[in-house]
Amino acid sequence: MSRAIKVSAGTLTIVAIIAIVAPWISPNDYLTTDFSNILQKPGLASMHLFGTDDLGRDLFVRTMLGIRVTLLVAIVASIVSLVIGVLYGATAGYVGGRVDAVMMRFVDSLYAMPFIFFVILLMVVFERNFLLIFVAIGAINWLDMARIVRGQTLSLRERPFIEAAKLMGVSTPAIIVRHIAPNLIGVVVVYVTLTIPQAILVESFLSFLGLGIQEPKTSLGALVDAGVNQMETASWMLLIPATLLAIILLCFNFLGDGLRDFFDSRSHE
Amino acid sequence: MLRYTLLRLLGAIPTLLFVIALAFLMVRAAPGGPFDSERALPPEIEANIARAYHLDEPLPKQFLRYLGGLARGDLGPSFRYRDYTVGELIANAFPMSLKLGSMAMLLALIVGIGTGVFAALKKNSLLDRAVMAVAMTGISIPVFVIAPLLVLLFAVKLQWLPAGWSGGGGARALILPVITLALPQIAYIARLMRASMIDVLGSDFIRTARAQGLGTARVIRFHALKPALLPVLSYLGPAIAGILTGSVVVEEVFGVPGLGQFFVRGALNRDYTLVLGIVIFYATLIVLLNLLVDILYGVIDPRVRYR
Repeated sequence: MSRAIKVSAGTLTIVAIIAIVAPWISPNDYLTTDFSNILQKPGLASMHLFGTDDLGRDLFVRTMLGIRVTLLVAIVASIVSLVIGVLYGATAGYVGGRVDAVMMRFVDSLYAMPFIFFVILLMVVFERNFLLIFVAIGAINWLDMARIVRGQTLSLRERPFIEAAKLMGVSTPAIIVRHIAPNLIGVVVVYVTLTIPQAILVESFLSFLGLGIQEPKTSLGALVDAGVNQMETASWMLLIPATLLAIILLCFNFLGDGLRDFFDSRSHE
Repeated sequence: MLRYTLLRLLGAIPTLLFVIALAFLMVRAAPGGPFDSERALPPEIEANIARAYHLDEPLPKQFLRYLGGLARGDLGPSFRYRDYTVGELIANAFPMSLKLGSMAMLLALIVGIGTGVFAALKKNSLLDRAVMAVAMTGISIPVFVIAPLLVLLFAVKLQWLPAGWSGGGGARALILPVITLALPQIAYIARLMRASMIDVLGSDFIRTARAQGLGTARVIRFHALKPALLPVLSYLGPAIAGILTGSVVVEEVFGVPGLGQFFVRGALNRDYTLVLGIVIFYATLIVLLNLLVDILYGVIDPRVRYR
């Protein structure tokens, strides 16, 4: 394992633990407004580690909650895309022939589409529903997964144990779910780590535009948006969430790249 | 060549129809109508409005009517900007986005390709690693984080450049938006270009060219550049989509009066027809530009045969 994997996995774990634990310990909460303490600079003296926002809310707790929401959305969205992608790719690869050709042609044509605009349309049409954000982001991120999984399945389906299952009369859906899918785990793990930053990107993009998480709840994208409005007087409101978002995205990208190289080099041996 | 272009054009039609139908159905599936307001309207007036906008017809008929309108370039009236049609709004706002987007694309290509070639020539040097680390950061950090940070640095702290569009927006007002929009693409293109240039420089025909005594500059210029450009060319499609998406953020942050800003405003105002119209416009644009890239690919790479 390369150093990049260890460093980024470590950083992400630490960030996640702090984000989960810190709001419980902190004397402040994310909702209470304190108008005698608006736009406090970050520091320990005021009991506001990251300062306060224009409504006097504690930014440390808000940022940590933002990280929680961002990570949660990303993980759930990745699971949605994983389920769709694996089932779709495994079916196309296993069934093969004309079904495969049509299914993959469909994926190809979806690649050309500006999905983010459809997600925005979805957000406009339906109320800004928390659950919907997960599903929408997951629904657009499954294409890569489907392609990779299909490629793997093509080689898996020629293996003897699949033939054995077929001879024993196991049905096609059962073979896909019980025999093909579990053997895809290695590849899938790598691509999930690469899907997570994409999901984070979409969620924070939507929240930044005001179409994602709604006040008083927050996410890193929403915090960056709030920071933009105050950046001339309170630059920390922008700098802190922006830096954290950048660090989280960088770590996931390095982790995914590193894992891919790690698995690639192993499979070449 | 002509036959291939025509076939590809025909092939794009189902994709476009699918996009339009999906977008149309999503809007129609919306709970509540576009004219719902706090004040309840008398039923006669409601019926009148529904008739005026053809909302009382069955869904398939509405869709056909919308398609017919599209064929004539008519995207319907905007629900919020009462005096304009969606077509007029797009026609007014798009030139600004086009200007911004094409400048960003040009900048991304020039700087990205240049940096990539340079890094490939200095492979594994300290400079190469530094450039690639910066590129990785550029890919990871989203536009909506880069944009405000650049404004904070260059407009608020250093005061070198204007932060927004106030004062009509001269050439100076364009600098920051264009750079912001181009940065992620520069990073991506540089990485692609570096990898493919390293690949090409290791191939036999380059060794032959060098053996014949050609200098590095000539080898790159006359032999290596063209084959190494192919991956960059096939990245142009995603790059265009990326710049379109980015322009939504950049126009919002810098207050550029372009199509992206109308899109966000329309989305926040729940202006169904406007958002629907812009989604269809963007999708059509991307499908057509992808087609153009594919055709261009065949022109540059003679190994690609049209089937």
